[in-house]
Amino acid sequence: MSTLSTEVPDRNAGNIAVVNAPTTSATGERKGLTKKEIAADHPTWCPGCGDFSVLALYFKLIEKRKIWHEKITTVAGIGCSSRFPYFVQAHGAHFIHGRALPFASGISLSRPDLHVFVFGGDGDAFSIGGNHFNHTARKNVKMTYCVMDNWVYGLTKKQTSPTSPLGFKSKTDQWGAVDYPINPMKQAISAGATFVARTTHTNPNHVLQMMEAAMDHDGFSFIECLSECVEFYEGAFDASNPRKGGVFNEVPKTHDVTDELAAYKLAGEPFPGSFGIFYKVSKPTKNAKEAEINKSFQAKTTGMKDWQILQKNFDRMK
Amino acid sequence: MSDTIAEASSSGGAQKVGKINEAVIRIAGNSQDGIQAIGGFLARLAGRSEQEVMTFMTIPSTISGGPSIFQVRIGSGEVLSAGDEADMLLCFYQHSYEDHIKSLKLGGIVLYDADHVQPRSDWEEIYRHVGVNISSLTVEAVGGTGRDKGKNIFAMGLLAKIFDLNVPKLTKLIEERFGGKDPTIVQNALVCFNGGYNHSLENLLKTYQFYAPEKKDRHQVVMNGNEALGYGLIAAGVRFGAGYPITPWSDIMELLRRELPKYGGSFIQTEDEIAAISMAIGASYGGRVAVTGSSGPGISLKTEALGWAVMAEMPLVIVDVQRGGPSTGMPTNIEQSDLNIACFGGHGDSPRVVIAPTSVEDCFYTAIEAVNIARKYSTPVIILTDQGIATRIEAFEEPNLEKVCQDISPNFTTVADHKPYDLSKPDGITQHLAPGTRIESGKYPIVTGLEHDELGHPTGSPKLHQEMTAKRRNKLRKLAWEFPKLKTYGPDEGQILLVGWGSSQGPIREAVDRARGIGEAVSGLTIKHINPLPNGLEEIFKGFHHIFVVELNDEGIYGYGQLASLLRARYCDARIRGINKSDGLTWKVKEILDRARALASDKK
Repeated sequence: MSTLSTEVPDRNAGNIAVVNAPTTSATGERKGLTKKEIAADHPTWCPGCGDFSVLALYFKLIEKRKIWHEKITTVAGIGCSSRFPYFVQAHGAHFIHGRALPFASGISLSRPDLHVFVFGGDGDAFSIGGNHFNHTARKNVKMTYCVMDNWVYGLTKKQTSPTSPLGFKSKTDQWGAVDYPINPMKQAISAGATFVARTTHTNPNHVLQMMEAAMDHDGFSFIECLSECVEFYEGAFDASNPRKGGVFNEVPKTHDVTDELAAYKLAGEPFPGSFGIFYKVSKPTKNAKEAEINKSFQAKTTGMKDWQILQKNFDRMK
Repeated sequence: MSDTIAEASSSGGAQKVGKINEAVIRIAGNSQDGIQAIGGFLARLAGRSEQEVMTFMTIPSTISGGPSIFQVRIGSGEVLSAGDEADMLLCFYQHSYEDHIKSLKLGGIVLYDADHVQPRSDWEEIYRHVGVNISSLTVEAVGGTGRDKGKNIFAMGLLAKIFDLNVPKLTKLIEERFGGKDPTIVQNALVCFNGGYNHSLENLLKTYQFYAPEKKDRHQVVMNGNEALGYGLIAAGVRFGAGYPITPWSDIMELLRRELPKYGGSFIQTEDEIAAISMAIGASYGGRVAVTGSSGPGISLKTEALGWAVMAEMPLVIVDVQRGGPSTGMPTNIEQSDLNIACFGGHGDSPRVVIAPTSVEDCFYTAIEAVNIARKYSTPVIILTDQGIATRIEAFEEPNLEKVCQDISPNFTTVADHKPYDLSKPDGITQHLAPGTRIESGKYPIVTGLEHDELGHPTGSPKLHQEMTAKRRNKLRKLAWEFPKLKTYGPDEGQILLVGWGSSQGPIREAVDRARGIGEAVSGLTIKHINPLPNGLEEIFKGFHHIFVVELNDEGIYGYGQLASLLRARYCDARIRGINKSDGLTWKVKEILDRARALASDKK
């Protein structure tokens, strides 16, 4: 038998549930946060970058919905847009490239008291992290994933991205992109995401609307937010911006958000396509399913201390 | 002292019952024959009878079928390894007979299924052969369904007779194992068992009886290393984990998936190895140390995220059940070749903790130690076990669960201010606050893989990178001083010191006992904390002429195994040399001693 070489800090004894949610009351004396209180580092983005407006609207969401500092959890992977957590004055994590979703799932599944927001770019979401996108969507892990899609790799200075359109001239495709781009909306719908919306940084009210709806959705909510890279893909989204002579078409009022085929059809429209909620269905989340499993197991161990539950196993191994 | 069967049978043939101290029984058949079940029953029985037991098994990496063995060593005294040579070979097929007869001691007993095995006359002269129509007698006993399912239990009945095993206890074990929905299953099992037990063994002159074992203070529990590790993690308070199936790690994830819900926890099967470690790190960040694990190639895949945990100083437990490598390698064989990746895998300077449990019992306590180190030092901790320890069954003193089980729930108490990477802290050790914790100053930290300042915000400062790198390294130097002072097995002075780690502890200790028994000055040393190494090893090394590091890995390009290289790098001691092998099998005691004697006489 080995000796334990470290002492554990003493904790209040008792049975361990998976989460002891903090007891701070969400209403009452505390005032909502001001924009000044939510803002942290000054963003490192280039002047004119679309990501600024996404950040501003995230602040607005926090202000409007009166989310307390400690309840905000912002997670990102790697890329320009993934610098996001540093600019938010709250708990946050800047993880490795492409793996923000499993990291966020770890928080979501062990801390049901928090709503996790994940921000990232198209490379993080659809290239290096493509498989995680599919699986987090199909498992319906509760969180909001906002992909700031700029159709180019910006942090590494203009290489082809998985959403770059055919013919886009980048440093890795000097003659123009030859690989067919991913359609993020189709990807999300077919992967089983239960909330799929599309917006663009040039329409702030719409972005906020989508963020609010995504946050209120009980499940994996995905937003593709077009966010222009003024440095390496200027004018990419002009056709969706009325101020640049384009059109901003909202999803038709008649669209049934629970109709998967109709959603898929919307996703197939040529650029600039439609903006709004394409697909939204209610399905039990991974969080709820795991909680259900726990409930049925814990019904058999009611009133037992953890060591007593373990003792039952050991008794069978004698 | 007639300790073994060979000795007991040669002394006084008239005697009907031979007293033995221990027996090594090798059961050889195909993997679907349920030979692991016989081994499991015998091991459990030994545990209940306060005997020592250790098992060794091989399973083919094919999906179904293929030759497989299970070796069980039961003893009234201390059992340190699965045994070099068997006293008895129970074989079901001709190939089992021919492939494994060499593992039998001269004069040992071959118990064979006469329906399938044709004994060879040259072998009949040197081994005692006992043939029983195991297959057909099983079919007959169960009632002529034409299937020989249950022949393993029939064979166990034969063994029970030969070794005078405790029948009521075995019957109870059979009832526990097969009792359930269909009562005919347990009935059939008992019919098979009794059929074997009551079968007349006329051609076997005598039966054997174990000496009474020493009385133990506490009950014994019987389990394999993977189980001990899984339950150890639960006792440590771990309530969340994520993993991807890979042999031989999968058992642990299956156990945690099954057990954690009882405690309000979850184990998540992820889409891949990277997602598994990422999810575990996310949960650790959520406030409670989480676990992930893998074997072989899976560990390689996890190294980038592991580097993040080092950089962000996030507590995490990673289990590496080593198997033969590189690449897919030998998935069901033993090897200790992941020491380098465990200690050094990853880019950049990324110090982390590596602990290698030395026995099944130690797996349980190591899990708790790993969790506590991860928490106290905010660091990833790798538990480096191996295929041998993972699948072998041992009996050990039942832990006092009420005492060892701990609560590691996150603490959400509001704080005035918080800097996780505070450089002015006297102990220099990072502590994180879980999201959900309010910080009154309104300044919230970020956890990150970028080099960072004290609040976790990115920095390009050369000074900060230097200081933070030192901070991450110094805390592990501090940890090294916490490790208990190492002691040698055997006297602290002598000719040869056999240094080992992980599952090799048992065979090394047995080698020491055997050598000491014939007057050779050999001692043993197990290094459990691989990274950081404990301090003071040079003092121990001083007492010996030769320091041989016994490892199940290759001697490498420069002639030294993985631990040997580490020890040479640290101590610059030219007496440190390696005894290595990479045949995918556990050490035989004889092998260690032969190699050590040869190396000692080779003036290098």
